[in-house]
Amino acid sequence: MMNDPALQCPIASSVNDHRITLAHGEGGRAMRELVRGSILGWLGCEERFLDDSVELLSHSAASAATPLRWTTDSYVISPLFFPGGDIGRLAVLGTVNDLAVGGAKGMELSLALILEEGLPLSTLQRVVESLAQAARETGVRIVTGDTKVVPRGAADQLFITTSGIGISLPWTIPGPCGIAVGDVLLVSGPIGQHGVAVMAARDDLGFVPPPTSDCASLWPAVAALHEAGITPRAMRDATRGGVAAVLHEWSAACGGTMRIGEQSLPIRDEVAGVCELLGLDPLHVANEGTMVIAVPPADAQRALLALRRTTVAREATIIGAVTARAGGPVVLEPSIGRLRVVDEPTGAPLPRIC
Amino acid sequence: MKYLDEFRDPELARRLLREIRERTTKRWTLMEVCGGQTHSLLRHGIDAELCEVVELIHGPGCPVCVTPVELIDQAQRLAMEPQVLVTTFADMLRVPGSQRSLQETRALGGNIRAVYGPLDAVRLAREDRLREVVFFAVGFETTAPATALALRHAIDEGLRNFSILAAHVRVLPVMEMLARDTRCRVEAFLAAGHVCTITGMEAYHQFATDHHLPVAVTGFEPLDLLVGIQACIDQLEQGMARAVNCYPRSVESAGNPHAQRMVESVYEIADMEWRGMGLVRQGGYRLRESLREYDAEHRFGALAVTDRLPIVGSSIAPSPPAVCLSGDVLAGRIKPSACPSFARQCRPEHPVGAPMVSSEGACAAYFRYAVAEEPWEGG
Amino acid sequence: MCLAIPGQLLHWTETGALRARGMVQFGGIARECFMACVPEAEPGDYLLVHAGVAIGRIDAAHAALLLAELAALPAEDSFAGDSGKDSGEDNGDDSGDDSGSGAAAGGER
Repeated sequence: MMNDPALQCPIASSVNDHRITLAHGEGGRAMRELVRGSILGWLGCEERFLDDSVELLSHSAASAATPLRWTTDSYVISPLFFPGGDIGRLAVLGTVNDLAVGGAKGMELSLALILEEGLPLSTLQRVVESLAQAARETGVRIVTGDTKVVPRGAADQLFITTSGIGISLPWTIPGPCGIAVGDVLLVSGPIGQHGVAVMAARDDLGFVPPPTSDCASLWPAVAALHEAGITPRAMRDATRGGVAAVLHEWSAACGGTMRIGEQSLPIRDEVAGVCELLGLDPLHVANEGTMVIAVPPADAQRALLALRRTTVAREATIIGAVTARAGGPVVLEPSIGRLRVVDEPTGAPLPRIC
Repeated sequence: MKYLDEFRDPELARRLLREIRERTTKRWTLMEVCGGQTHSLLRHGIDAELCEVVELIHGPGCPVCVTPVELIDQAQRLAMEPQVLVTTFADMLRVPGSQRSLQETRALGGNIRAVYGPLDAVRLAREDRLREVVFFAVGFETTAPATALALRHAIDEGLRNFSILAAHVRVLPVMEMLARDTRCRVEAFLAAGHVCTITGMEAYHQFATDHHLPVAVTGFEPLDLLVGIQACIDQLEQGMARAVNCYPRSVESAGNPHAQRMVESVYEIADMEWRGMGLVRQGGYRLRESLREYDAEHRFGALAVTDRLPIVGSSIAPSPPAVCLSGDVLAGRIKPSACPSFARQCRPEHPVGAPMVSSEGACAAYFRYAVAEEPWEGG
Repeated sequence: MCLAIPGQLLHWTETGALRARGMVQFGGIARECFMACVPEAEPGDYLLVHAGVAIGRIDAAHAALLLAELAALPAEDSFAGDSGKDSGEDNGDDSGDDSGSGAAAGGER
């Protein structure tokens, strides 16, 4: 198959060979050439062949103590490219992180692409190559996929859905319902970077230097905790809605109050500057490589040390603790004044001038 | 960040709080005029911290709250016009008009985009000359220079596809209105610091004397707010009523003449309806007659009041008319909880009046704390 | 309507009564701002910026004066001592453990 010249490079099937057309989605020759000739090449698939369905290889490694975990996520971000990442990178890392915070190492990914008619092939190539790079870095394999094309206007350039299978470490993570009064709350790194980076890129806000997303795999941090013999009560990557959304969810699940200290929150100068300028609360801004962790108090210091030995969580910080319900689901100790309630995010954080 | 962090110093705040408590012999009622000040008070927990010695009434200084409903509806009608793009500050997106918000109109197909500043709207007009870009100019005197500059840029570049939907409001006239209202309980004002950066504070001297109400021109960081509160309380304790500048690093007595000239080159003072408060004489700005062609209301004609707004689809249910006492709340006459709609038909998820929409609106702030208030068990 | 943030003028990027722009530093990032309302500003000055437009200059002397006046106020050892007299309500300060507020907050790093 590798010697077939017809499959060695993207073949023009029409005059508009540099853009996706509806023909690419019709299941015929154009599609076959797109997928096998282009996409699989960009993914680094040697065989240039991905079947519609595949046997799970990770199944054999799973057991009762280390069961399989499964997750799915769709990626519709705009702009497609932003400092620190892109939709392709996110599509792998976001799903890998969903598995990681569930205590599992990502092994295999499915990849479904929805392409808008008119999408430049060069854009698709950039996205897929970045996706492949992220997969190589995290050690996950893309094992099956699907490609669809929709008419112009029916999608915003490119949507990606990835489902991931992972193998759990031999531990049982209680989850948010198991969080107890006294548990310590940590974040694995500085908060608010991704949302700020995307907002700045999308609206071309002209910040110098352009804020950078924290897009990264959290698996090394999770593995480090396990290696140190620590079983967290709960872990969650603080994506949409930021740290505030995670803490509200946890409060609702366990019934306690998540109490955090304003002085404890790690925030990079560039994020602080943008948030001041736009009137954003960093607690409400999305992250893509930063998680919130709840651990039993006896494990807090060791957890911190274990996390800080990893690159992705080298700036892990204790931000607060869980108390009996009082004052609200999520409360903040400000530097000045009395405890204040941290709102649950109600929509995308919007800049304000008021 | 310089000139922010120093004015958030917790230790200095503690000292100030102690000073304020020690020098106060009774509980005074103050009003902070600007929504940004309300935001800061709530964010830093200062209103709660001082609640035993000061009652802070959150004033109407939130342009999001007071922009007339008719103008919000007008913006929505414009957004449904072909070739028109309505641009605005993101603050305005969720404010309810007579039927729905700008955000909901966008979901129904209206062309609306949030911009960080009015000059970003001019850039959009420059980049696409075939599209009519309307900038919904809300905000106080603080913002008027920026929107005026934007229009001047557009005129200078010959951008015929840019226009302004003028909705700026002026603070002092509404303070006058409140001061004359015998039912208004405010005993002193924290005047809006950044408004005064533009306008100066000379007019407040007459105001303080006329109404025998102390005025402290106040900034936005915790220390600034505490200094302003202390200045008001000191005057009240001594029976004085003067206007003082508690924000001299950012406010000069005469204001910023360049900014004032920029505003005057484009706008003139006009009577304006403030949402929930009625007509405020000289309460706003309109575009000068000579610039009428850049006035969006003039350019797009008087769009009929009843038509052009999208027909309500089945996915969005019309809300039943609920009582809205936002005017009384904004004037400090009643607490939000005294409004029959409070926490019932009117909640942050489905606000009736604007003070529930903006998170620093008086009703939303009250809601957040009233609902969250639970017995404290410590620990 | 008042969210105006102090930033330092690094340098002018364009001159002209109407078109003037300058690069302004806000903490960790910089952004080009419109300068028509602050024509006398010089690099190094701190400006107040609102909606992308500089609306005034910060007077460093007044800022320093205020901070000095506040620093001269008597210090207080414990915050909890203040609020204790107002009500019995705990304000979270005197818990004695790592969840104290104010300057003592920050927890374990």
